[in-house]
Amino acid sequence: MDSRLKLSFAVTDAPQGTTALPIEIRDLTKRYGSVYALNSVDLDVHSGEFLTLLGPSGSGKTTLLMAIAGFNRPDSGSIRFGEDEVILTPPHKREVGMVFQSYALFPHMNVAENIGFPLKLRGISGAERATRVEEALETIQLSGFGARNIDQLSGGQRQRVALARAFVFGPRILLMDEPLSALDKKLRERMQIELKHLHRKLGVTTVYVTHDQREALTMSDRIAVINDGELVQLDTPEVIYNSPANAFVADFIGESTMLPLTRDDAGALSFRGQKVGDAGTDQSKDWTLVVRPERLFFAGAGAETDDQTIVLKGVMREAVFQGESEMALVAIDDDTEVAVRFGTGGRASPAGGNTGDQVSIGLDRTDVIIIPGGQAA
Amino acid sequence: MARADADGSRSGRHLHEAALKRQHAREQWSILSLVVPATIVIVLIILIPLSWLFYLSFLGDNGGFSLENYHKMTQYKSYYRIFVTTFQVSILTTLACIALGYPLAFFLAQLPPRWAGVFMLAVLLPFWTSLLVRTYAWLVLLQKRGILNEFAMQVGLWETPIKLVHNMTGTLIGMAHIMLPFLILPLYNAMRKIDKDMMHAAANLGANPINAFWRVYFPLSLPGMVAGSLIVFVLCLGFYVTPAVLGGGRVIMVSNQITAILENQFDWGAASALGVVLLVATTFTLYVAARLFRFDAALFGRD
Repeated sequence: MDSRLKLSFAVTDAPQGTTALPIEIRDLTKRYGSVYALNSVDLDVHSGEFLTLLGPSGSGKTTLLMAIAGFNRPDSGSIRFGEDEVILTPPHKREVGMVFQSYALFPHMNVAENIGFPLKLRGISGAERATRVEEALETIQLSGFGARNIDQLSGGQRQRVALARAFVFGPRILLMDEPLSALDKKLRERMQIELKHLHRKLGVTTVYVTHDQREALTMSDRIAVINDGELVQLDTPEVIYNSPANAFVADFIGESTMLPLTRDDAGALSFRGQKVGDAGTDQSKDWTLVVRPERLFFAGAGAETDDQTIVLKGVMREAVFQGESEMALVAIDDDTEVAVRFGTGGRASPAGGNTGDQVSIGLDRTDVIIIPGGQAA
Repeated sequence: MARADADGSRSGRHLHEAALKRQHAREQWSILSLVVPATIVIVLIILIPLSWLFYLSFLGDNGGFSLENYHKMTQYKSYYRIFVTTFQVSILTTLACIALGYPLAFFLAQLPPRWAGVFMLAVLLPFWTSLLVRTYAWLVLLQKRGILNEFAMQVGLWETPIKLVHNMTGTLIGMAHIMLPFLILPLYNAMRKIDKDMMHAAANLGANPINAFWRVYFPLSLPGMVAGSLIVFVLCLGFYVTPAVLGGGRVIMVSNQITAILENQFDWGAASALGVVLLVATTFTLYVAARLFRFDAALFGRD
C-alpha cells in the first residue's frame, strides 16, 4: 500500500453547505413481477446530511438508490430534489454524483480523463478542466496520479478516483452503492473515516447504501433501515441501536439476545416473574426483551434484582476469547442462552467462571430495550 | 520470508527433495504430452505442404532456383487486378459485416442471456448448413428470374430484372452472409463483458445516450469488433466457393486464379507463387493489425 494513503483527506472541517439539496421521496413503488422491491416508500433526506440505507441483500435498498439515480423506472411515486420533481428526468440530467460498488472507472481512460469526463461533457475547457481535476486529485490525496492507467491502481486508489469523479462536477447530491465492500477490513475502516471527512468538507447531501450495520453506525447522520421493500425505521445511529423499532431492527443491528416477555392485565411486562417494563397504552399481546451482550455484566454471587438492576441466574456454557473482548454464553434455562460480552483489559470485569459454574448476570434497568411483537424469525 | 542459509534451506535437511522434484517433472511431462497429436497433424498437413509450396514457387522451368514465377506476376496487369479485387472484396465484405453485425450484436447483448441464446441460434443456424448449399441458395434468390426479382417486379419496385448475381453485388451479398457469424461471435462476447455499471456511470456523469455510446460503449466494444473484423477479413482473402459461384467469372480473387492456373495450365510453380504472395499479404495484415489494436487481448481474453 502506498504510504501516502495513510494520511487522511486534507480537509477544513467547516461545511460549505450551500450546495446541498434535500431529497423528498413519496409513495415510491417498484414491483418485479409480484414481488415488491419497494412498497410505497416515503423518505426525506435532509439537505447536507449523510443518510445510510441499511438492509439485508434483497431488501430493496439498492433499488431505492437506483431509483434516485434514475437507473430504474419505478411503477409509481415521486422523487424531488429540492423543489424539482425528477421522477421522469433521465439519469444524465439529474446532476447527482454516484460511486458504484464496482467503481465503474472507464478502463480506456487514464485517471485524469476519468475524473475530467463529467467536466468535458459539461463543456468545460481544457485548462480549467485540468485545474479542477488536479484539485480533485489533491482532495483525494492522489496528486500526480493523473497519467496513471486504471489497472495500475490499487483497490483503495480506484475507490478514491471513483469518488473524485463523482464529486468533481459539483453535484448537490452524492450517492454511494456499497463503495467500500471490495476493500479489505483495515482499509475499509480507514476509508469510512475519510469518507465522513470528505462529506463534511463537501457538505453535499449523501445517500449511502450498505448491508454492513457497523459501517452504517460509524458513518451516518441518520440510518434508514429497509426490509422487504419497506422503510422500517429512520433515525440517528444512537436511537436505532438503543431503541430499535421492532425485532427485525434489533436483530439486524448489533448483537442481541431476544427474550419473550409476559404481559399481565395491568400492562406490566415481566421476564420470569421479574418486572422489566410497562406496555403503557399499547395493547399488543407479545413483547420481547432485547439484551445487548455488552450491556450485561457478571454480578456477584449474592446479587438480587432491585430498583437499578435486573439479575438473571444461569450456568456458564462457554467462554470465547475474541481479542478485544470475550464472549460468554450463559444458559438461563435448558433452551435459552444469553450472550455476555466483556472487555479483556485489566480493568474489565472478571470472567464469570469456568464452564458449568453457576453465575449471576446483571442488566441495568436503564439498558432495558423492550419491543412489541414476538421474536424475529 | 525466512532467510535461507548457505545450502538453500533453513533446516538443511532436504526432506524428500529429490522425490518432490521428480513428481513435479512428471506432471510437467504429462501436460506436455497433450500437444503431441496436434503437433503431428500440424506438421503433416500444414508445415510439410507449405514448405513444398515454397519450394515449388522458386523452381524455374529448367528445374533450378529461379524467381520467374514471381517475375511473371509483376509483368501481367491481370495479376495486379486480381489482388486489387481480392482486397476490395475482403474490405467491402468486412465493412458490410460490421454494418450488419454491430447493431445485431448490440441488440443481442442487451437481451437477457436466455433470449440472446434464441436469437443467436438464428445467427448460427445458417452457419451449420453447408457453405455450398447456402451459396446456391443465394443464386436461386438473386438470379435474373429469381425469387427476389420476380417479387420486386410483381409489386412494382422495378420493371426489368436487376442484375444481382454473377457480379460484385452478388459476391458481396453471399460473402457477407457467410462471414457474419465470425464477426458477431467475438463482438457479442466483448459486449457481454462490458459492465452495465459503465453505461450507468456514463449517464450519471452527464452523458446523453449518444455520448455514452460513442465515448464509453464503443471504445470498450472495439477490441471485439477488431478481432471479428480481422477474422472475417483474413477468411475473405482466401475465399473460393462464393466468388466462384456468385461472381460468375467476373469476380476473380486470388484463390480463383490459383484454381484456374492449375486447371488450365497445370503450372504448379505459378500457382504456388500466388499462394505464397497471398500468405505473405495475410500475415502482414495480421501483423499490422496486431500492432495497431493489440487485438490479441480480445481474441485470447488477455487483459
